[in-house]
This record gives sequence, structure tokens and C-alpha cells, in this order.
Amino acid sequence: MNQTTTFSVEYHRFLRPDGEPEGDLPPLADDAETLHALYKNMVFTRLYDERAIALQRTGQIGTFASSLGQEAIGAGVGHAMQPEDIIIPSFRENGALLFRRFRVRDLLLYWGGDERGMANPDLGDDFPICVPISTHTTQAAGVAFAIKYRQQPRVVVCLLGDGGTSKGDFYEAINLAGAWNLPLVFVINNNQWAISVPRSLQTKSETLAQKAIAAGIPGIQIDGNDPIAVRHHVAEAIEKARGGGGPTVIEAISYRLCHHTTADDATRYRSDEELEAHRKLDPVPRLKRFMEARQLWSDEQESVLIRDCKAEIEQEVQHYLDSAPPKPESMFDWLYAELPQELHQQRQSLLVRESSND
Amino acid sequence: MTDITLVEAVNLALMHEMEHDPEMVVLGQDIGVNGGVFRATVGLLEKFGNERVLDTPLAENMIAGTAVGMAVQGLHPVAEIQFMGFIYPAIDQMVSHASRMRNRTRGRLSCPMVLRAPYGGGIHAPEHHSESTEAMFAHIPGIRVVIPSSPTRAYGLLLAAIRDPDPVVFLEPKRVYRLMKQAVEDNGEALPLDTCFVLRPGSDITLVSWGAMLHETQQAAEQLAGEGIDAEVIDLATIKPIDMQTILESVGRTGRCVIVQEAARTCSVSAEIAARLAEEGLMSLFAPIRRVTGFDTVMPMFRLEGHYMPGTERIVQAVRQTMEFA
Repeated sequence: MNQTTTFSVEYHRFLRPDGEPEGDLPPLADDAETLHALYKNMVFTRLYDERAIALQRTGQIGTFASSLGQEAIGAGVGHAMQPEDIIIPSFRENGALLFRRFRVRDLLLYWGGDERGMANPDLGDDFPICVPISTHTTQAAGVAFAIKYRQQPRVVVCLLGDGGTSKGDFYEAINLAGAWNLPLVFVINNNQWAISVPRSLQTKSETLAQKAIAAGIPGIQIDGNDPIAVRHHVAEAIEKARGGGGPTVIEAISYRLCHHTTADDATRYRSDEELEAHRKLDPVPRLKRFMEARQLWSDEQESVLIRDCKAEIEQEVQHYLDSAPPKPESMFDWLYAELPQELHQQRQSLLVRESSND
Repeated sequence: MTDITLVEAVNLALMHEMEHDPEMVVLGQDIGVNGGVFRATVGLLEKFGNERVLDTPLAENMIAGTAVGMAVQGLHPVAEIQFMGFIYPAIDQMVSHASRMRNRTRGRLSCPMVLRAPYGGGIHAPEHHSESTEAMFAHIPGIRVVIPSSPTRAYGLLLAAIRDPDPVVFLEPKRVYRLMKQAVEDNGEALPLDTCFVLRPGSDITLVSWGAMLHETQQAAEQLAGEGIDAEVIDLATIKPIDMQTILESVGRTGRCVIVQEAARTCSVSAEIAARLAEEGLMSLFAPIRRVTGFDTVMPMFRLEGHYMPGTERIVQAVRQTMEFA
């Protein structure tokens, strides 16, 4: 027998769940500014999540997808990207979006059932939230091609979940990314659950990262609850792609401490014991403890941060609540660059109906 | 100016636009060295290189999704799906993303892409190579569906589709790819979208069709002229959105209408036109609207496809019945 190929998958972590360092730390672990930025984003995201859930429970937004317990992924990805890079998110990357130019008011508008939430011109080329699973992965390849075609020093970062790696779209996208050597980084938030289906039922593949190897591109696993590992390895993959080094798949192992969305009840399919065990892996106290041990964070800084985040979020919530309702005819006005003649009549009939209801 | 076929006109339009629009790229299976299985992209690779003429891996969903991503970034991708029978994995991208990008970002992003595919029966192709499922795309808000029926319209409509700021599904009737030749001037002039073309003026009855079936429809009109029936023939050309104004105006004059399509009958484009005529043109009708269509069966394999396709005789028959009614 001749062995034609062998493979292995690296697993990386810098911070243990208790916040103690493990092995040699990357330079960013000594950079207070970066650590503070990561920590602030995680805390802000968690407070935003809490507030959004309260808004949903009181009927002020629709279904909402929390990222509780997975904040290190959003923070690490968001911080690792350069402003000119392009994010192509699914729907659970709250922290990453907040690190970009998405505002809380944009996200609340979106989850509040309003297309204007993805319309903010400051968002530049960043993609809107993608609800269908993994359909954005092939689009990410197209965007990355455009960047490469124009010889721009930009990188596309596409985020998806563990369930998303079961779809043909993902395989097709990583296959093309490899074949065309695209400036594209896929980050998988492996939070162990796709609604009620556990990771063990998604695939027999031992890691999700190794799926990349079949596409001829590197796939690594990292501790997705270690913000330093996420920030370091995502940045490394991004800069490699920027330099023409091609795509990478990063499987960030985390855990969904929340329900799938506010419309879900996770107690139907997973045990309290499992949930409790994973609470110990929470990324937020992990980074806090690390910073405290190095005298990079104080109780006073913590209370100021929480106060400031809450104040900013409240301001944004108020902005959302004060927003004028969308005009009914807007459902026609952005359908095409110019409304086809055929649709004028339908638009007009809506306007007539609305005015007769006044 | 030389006489060229419909598929050569497609090639000419692609060639012209590639030359004038540096943001345009073409992608698909076998479109490079091979020039496409129908040779629609022949010569593009040699002229524009493999940075703009992209042979893709074999995955239709990915071809469409990649085109969406390219288009959102402002490129003008023209993606080829080899046969319409293999286009269905790409529908997800058209329904869920291409058609919605402008709307769901309130114009921040848009998707100026073209998805080309040969469609229709009548060339004795293998199973899954002969369907006419244009209605599936016509049902999607936010896209256009365009079908040329001659070399001149293939050239002008494809240029218009590529230049359109919104996604266009461009379906090419492969049965007439090489059936006729026309003089097509490579002047870069697009034809209007969202507009029917009146191919033959007439006063007794309006025949509406698109794509390959216009060939039989025009033959029927000639035959009927010999019987003293003066049929107007309309090429729908853009089947989404439908230019009802032209059809209503015509039926307003003739009072009769027969719609001819190769596709299956139920929930088809002909059903939409008939419904719209009933809603908006009923008082000008002398006789019930008739439809000559494929059957609501699976498109048969080629030994039976001749029985499936609505030929000239069925069109003539339907017109005679309509004329006899009133």
C-alpha cells in the first residue's frame, strides 16, 4: 500500500478557561489597548444581547439571535479586520458587526423587521446579515474574486456556524476559494448546536476544520472562547490572504449558552448539566481574569465600562424606538433600480388603500 | 455585416461588451478553452484571458452565488449554466439573494448580474436537457427574465441584460440557436427590456409567444394568412416583467388572443397573460383566450418530444377555433 496523503489539524489556545496563559503568548497579549478593545466589544455585545432580548420579550423587536457565550469570536474577528476588508456574516455575529460600522440602532431596526437596518451607507461594502444557512459562502468567493481581480489589498471574512458546514454551499465555496486562491477567510462558529441538532449529528468528520483540507486549503481549530486566540489566528489568516497566500478555514470552538433564537426553547433538547459545564468556559470572565492578573484591568474600569456601554445602548435603543415607521410604498421603491412600468399600478393600488385607511 | 445565427449573436454581444466594459467577466463550466458546449463563448478566452473568462468547478449553485458576490462588488458577471435542466441549484441564489440585495439594503448594494442558460426541447438531447421552466424565474420579484427569439434580438437584448443594473435571467432557445441567420450589425446598440416586439401586424387575432415557439407561431400566421385570417404576432421577449400594455393594445384591436408556449400549462407565463387579459381586457374580447402549450407532464425523452412540443398545426387549430367562436 502506498499512502498518497496524510493530514493533521492544529488546535490553538493561549488562555485556559480560568484565564491563565498556556504556552507562549502572542505580542497582542501584552498590548493593553487591544485587550481593552476586545473586552469592551465582548461586554458591549453581551449587554446589547440582553437588551435586545428584553425588547423582544416586550414586543418591541421580532425574533432575535443572541451570541451569548460566543462573544470572543465576534470580538476577535472584528478586531482582526481592517476597515477596508469586507465582512460577510450569517446572523449570530453581533460583536463582529458592532466592531465594523453596524450600529445597535441598525441591528435593532433589522430584527425589528425593517430593511433600513442593513441600509446605513457607512456600512460600505459589508454584506447584510444572511439568514439562509451558508448561501453567503459562495457569494464571499465572488466578492473575494472581485478584490483579487482589481488587485486591491483587501480580504473577505465570511462567518458561519457548525450547521452551515453541512451544506453543499460551504463545500462549493471552499473548493472554489482553493481553486482560485482567493483572499478569503472562513470563520466557523462551532457552538455545538444547530437549533436542536448537536454537532455529533451534523457530521462524522472529527473536526470541521479538516473539511478545508479536502479543498486544498489550510484548516485550523482554535479555542473560540479565547479572544486572544481568535484575534491572533484570524489576523494571521487575514494577513496571509492579503499577501496573496490564499484562503483559510478557522474552526472556532465555542458553545451556544443561549437559545437558538428568542423563538427557541433549548431546554427541550439539551440538559442543564451540559449548559452548566459550558458556562465555565465563558470567554468574558476569561479575558477579565487574564487582564486583572496582569494589573491591566480594575474594578473601577469594569464599572465605568458597564455604565458607559449601558448608556450607549440605551441611547441607541431610544434612537431605534423613535425611528419613523417605514413607508409602505418602500417595498416597491428598492426592488429595481427603476420601477418597471408593470409595477406602477400595484404600487399605486397600495397607496390608494393606505390613504383610504387613514 | 454578415449573416449570423442566434448563438453567434450571443457570442457577438458578449465579445462586444467584454471589449467595452472592463468590469465584465464571464464564468461557467466549459466556457473557456471549450468555448461553451454550444460555443456561445468561443474566442473569449483567447481575446480576454483567463482573468476575465473563468472556467469554474462543476457546481451550479456556486456559479450563481459567485456571480452574486462579484456583482455586489460592482463587477458585471455573466454566468452560464450549461443547460436549464441544471439551473435549479442556482434558483436559491436568485430567489434568496440576487433578487433581494437592492431591496434588503435599500439600495446600498445591488446585483447587476446575468445568468444565461440554453433552454427548451426539440434537439433530441438527453433527459434533463429539454425543459422550459422560465415561469419558475418569472415568479421571482426583483429579477428580469429575458428570452430572445432571433439573432438580432439575442444581440440587442443580451447587451441590455448585461447593462441592466439588476439581475437578469437570460434564457436562450437552443432549438433555434442555428435555425436561422440574420444580418446583425455589431454596433453595441441594446434593445429595450420590458418591451414586447410586434413581429407581424395583423387585425383579426393576436398571437403572443416567446423564444423558439415564435418560429412555429410565425409559420402558423403565414398559413392562416392564406385562409384570410390576419394574425398579429407579438414576441414577448421580456417575460418578467410583462409588457401588458402592448398586448392589451393589440387585443383591443383584434378582440382575440392565442398564447403559445413550449412550457407546461399550469401556473405558466401564458396563464399570467390570460389572467391579465381577463382582468383588464375582457370587454374587448370576442372569444375566449386560448392557450397552446406543452402538457402538464414531465418533458418526455426525445422519442416523444415531437408529440409534446406545440407544433404549427396545433397553433393553426387553436386560431381557427377562436375565429369560429366569434
